[in-house]
Amino acid sequence: MLTRLRLLPDSASSVSGEVNFFFFLMVLVCGTVALAIAVFIIYCGFRYRRRHPNAMGAQVRYNVPVEVAWTVIPLLLFMGMFAWGAKLYFDIERPPNNAIELFAVGKQWMWKIQHPEGQREINELHIPVGRPVRLTMTSEDAIHSFFVPAFRTKQDVLPGRYTTTWFEATKPGKYHLFCAEYCGAKHSGMIGYVYAMTPRDYQTWLTEGAPEGSLASTGEKYFHQFGCANCHHFNEQGRCPNLRGLYNRPVQISTGQTVIADESYIRESIMAPDAKVVYGFDAIMPNFTGVISEEKIVALIAYIKALGPQPGTQQPSSSGTSPKEYGAQPGIAGPGATSNSGSYVEKR
Amino acid sequence: MLETVQTPSKPFEAVHTPVRKNYFNEKQGILSWLLTTDHKRIGILYTASVTAFFFIGGFFALLMRLELLSPRTYLVSPETYNKLFTMHGIIMVWFFLIPSIPNTLGNFFLPMVLGAKDLAFPKLNLLSWYVFMLGGIIAVYTLIRGGVDTGWTFYTPFSTTYSTTYVVAAAVGIMISGFSSIITGINFIATIHRMRAPGMTWFRMPIFVWSHYATSIIFVLATPVLAITLMMVAVERIFQVGIFDPALGGDPVLFQHMFWFYSHPAVYIMVLPAMAVVSEIIPVFSRKPLFGYKAVAFSSMAIASIGFLVWGHHMFVAGQSVYSSMAFSLMTYFVAVPSAIKVFNWAATMYRGSISWDTPMLYAVGFVGLFSIGGMTGLFLSALGLDVHVTDTYFVIAHFHYIMVGGTVMAYLGGVHYWWPKISGKMYPEFIAKISAITVFLGFNLTFFPQFVLGYLGMPRRYAAYPEEFQMLNVLSTAGASILGVGYVLPLFYLLWSWKYGKVAPENPWRAPGLEWKTPSPPPTHNFEVTPTVSGLPYDFEAQKEELNLV
Repeated sequence: MLTRLRLLPDSASSVSGEVNFFFFLMVLVCGTVALAIAVFIIYCGFRYRRRHPNAMGAQVRYNVPVEVAWTVIPLLLFMGMFAWGAKLYFDIERPPNNAIELFAVGKQWMWKIQHPEGQREINELHIPVGRPVRLTMTSEDAIHSFFVPAFRTKQDVLPGRYTTTWFEATKPGKYHLFCAEYCGAKHSGMIGYVYAMTPRDYQTWLTEGAPEGSLASTGEKYFHQFGCANCHHFNEQGRCPNLRGLYNRPVQISTGQTVIADESYIRESIMAPDAKVVYGFDAIMPNFTGVISEEKIVALIAYIKALGPQPGTQQPSSSGTSPKEYGAQPGIAGPGATSNSGSYVEKR
Repeated sequence: MLETVQTPSKPFEAVHTPVRKNYFNEKQGILSWLLTTDHKRIGILYTASVTAFFFIGGFFALLMRLELLSPRTYLVSPETYNKLFTMHGIIMVWFFLIPSIPNTLGNFFLPMVLGAKDLAFPKLNLLSWYVFMLGGIIAVYTLIRGGVDTGWTFYTPFSTTYSTTYVVAAAVGIMISGFSSIITGINFIATIHRMRAPGMTWFRMPIFVWSHYATSIIFVLATPVLAITLMMVAVERIFQVGIFDPALGGDPVLFQHMFWFYSHPAVYIMVLPAMAVVSEIIPVFSRKPLFGYKAVAFSSMAIASIGFLVWGHHMFVAGQSVYSSMAFSLMTYFVAVPSAIKVFNWAATMYRGSISWDTPMLYAVGFVGLFSIGGMTGLFLSALGLDVHVTDTYFVIAHFHYIMVGGTVMAYLGGVHYWWPKISGKMYPEFIAKISAITVFLGFNLTFFPQFVLGYLGMPRRYAAYPEEFQMLNVLSTAGASILGVGYVLPLFYLLWSWKYGKVAPENPWRAPGLEWKTPSPPPTHNFEVTPTVSGLPYDFEAQKEELNLV
């Protein structure tokens, strides 16, 4: 299957059909125009070839209606292409709410994948068909790019921050995974496969893997190992904020702004704790840059996500509507407390 | 063609007269070249330099294509392959494409089509060549020392932290050559404003001038940003100052913004002069005024200005917000409109013309076709949802080679043939020139069309090794590249041959109406024996039909 000459890539995700359709419609439209220009030029070249060495062409300089037409018609066509492209882009970039959440760390020259259930993979990614999968990704060194041609998705993977991509496989199979951003000597070796499996096979794969524990439980180990638990208490007010129910909730920080405690915020709070200190707390947390690896941060985030809501509060809704402001003192709402909410949220 | 008209006093006929004094033979000796301030001689110096760089860059391309014959690395190591595509990109972009037309044909002919004696600042012009050569020598030195492996794009933090090659040396070479672009840009702008022949108002200027004016504006406004960006790369690399590397507190995407703020307009630096050349060739070989002159002139200016607002389309998957991406996508479609207008105008110029298929016309029409394909595949890449799949694949490689090689190099070769009689005073051999033009066109398509397919299949760029299913298309591409190589080597030989042994060229072999043809071939040192005056529109065959012996 993979070795014979191919002219078309596999089409195996929820967006790949539309990308194909759009692409081939573009080929049709542009191909027709290109062919028309070519035929016109060849026709002119033959029909109006110089028949006498002294012959001159018709001395026509312009034709306003014709020129307006070939300005306006392409512009309208282009606006159509723009609109469809933008719509498709939004579909490709914005993950649905019910996605399986996986983590990927790129480094020279491999992909390391972590599943919430605890499975770890290198240069392989096993996913079920029919369910959206969201990948939160970061790099340990240069910029990489997570590219699965069969899914028509690609997202650069940056050091020092999280980017996300998502896809929903529609056909079981083995698909190429490429690094698409040049990253050094073995860039072309930073490849692997995505295995899209039937839900049943996927369940089997999950249980066969038999990891020592889930990603969150690994995170819990690190939570104690790195001393986080000494200050971040769950049942009493410690010197540091209580992390239960933190994930995806708005947090008021010391400047009075509000940020959403997503993966990026939690990562930043570990690597650069002084950047956005929770309102009402002192900036006493040490900086873990260089101390903790990206993979361990991923486990810690999984742990914090798994902590669940604070006792006595409701499960936070995924859209974050009417949440209790985390860290805000009762009756004290800083100026512009909610005006900037979401400004910190990474593109997704 | 010429034999049938027996009127020897006419300027478009070859007449055997004793050798006149001209720019080429008036002074002799190597110093007369190295210290010249004659724009024509500097144009020749630049032509010799960029030709050398073109064949160096082409040699790297040849090695890359040979390596890609096999899915596994067999000829060079991946590290060497990475250096090959980096040096190919650096040499071709900064030391061939950017100076290719403006500094050779532009230098030679901008003053002549304006009816001027020289550029506004002849000494600055010579300085620009020395600055260019200094940058070029540093780049070649970098090569000899072992090369660079960052890609011509120098993406951070790979270039500032992880690459172990000669990044700073290459950056310095490029930065220095950038100053030659800036000097040339200032010189052209001043020349166009101040040195036009009496009577040559703005709308009597040939499109050659308009396009070079637009190019010069980009030279002056965009190139400094490149210098700053490369300097920041060097500072971060040497002094560990955190600008781009997040490990030092920097922002890697900032580099991409700054780099593309220069490098996208730089694409228009490469293609606007090509449009300039084609806009001269097509009217002359159709014996018809350029259709929609004002639209073409304004579209050059529109490309130069809107071109500054589209850089983010290189970064749709780089992590910028979806709304920025939308804005950049929209602007990109806007900049496509003036390019489309030009293509239609060139085609319409041929309609009801009197078309002669000489070599320059073959190249010009080849340019229109290949540039159209390059431009239209740009529409695919500007469509956000499609770009996600095809960006950073061979689709992009094919797209920009259609613009830069199919476009700029075709136009450059067309221009060299078109003005060769004026430059050298000799005619090139028409038959072999036609053969090589067709060879270039066919070889080019065979090289790069399969790469569109490879790109949509998902083959990423900058891969030394690749999955086996991509092999057949890569073999086709390499086969095409070998044909293309022959097409590029042939003109080098027959043009040099014709300089010595070619038929003597008349003053105006194509019966073109432009001012540069109203002086002997090769021109005297001061271009015109009498300062020309302009009383009509450009491309005015009707007004000059007595003089050009046309009916």
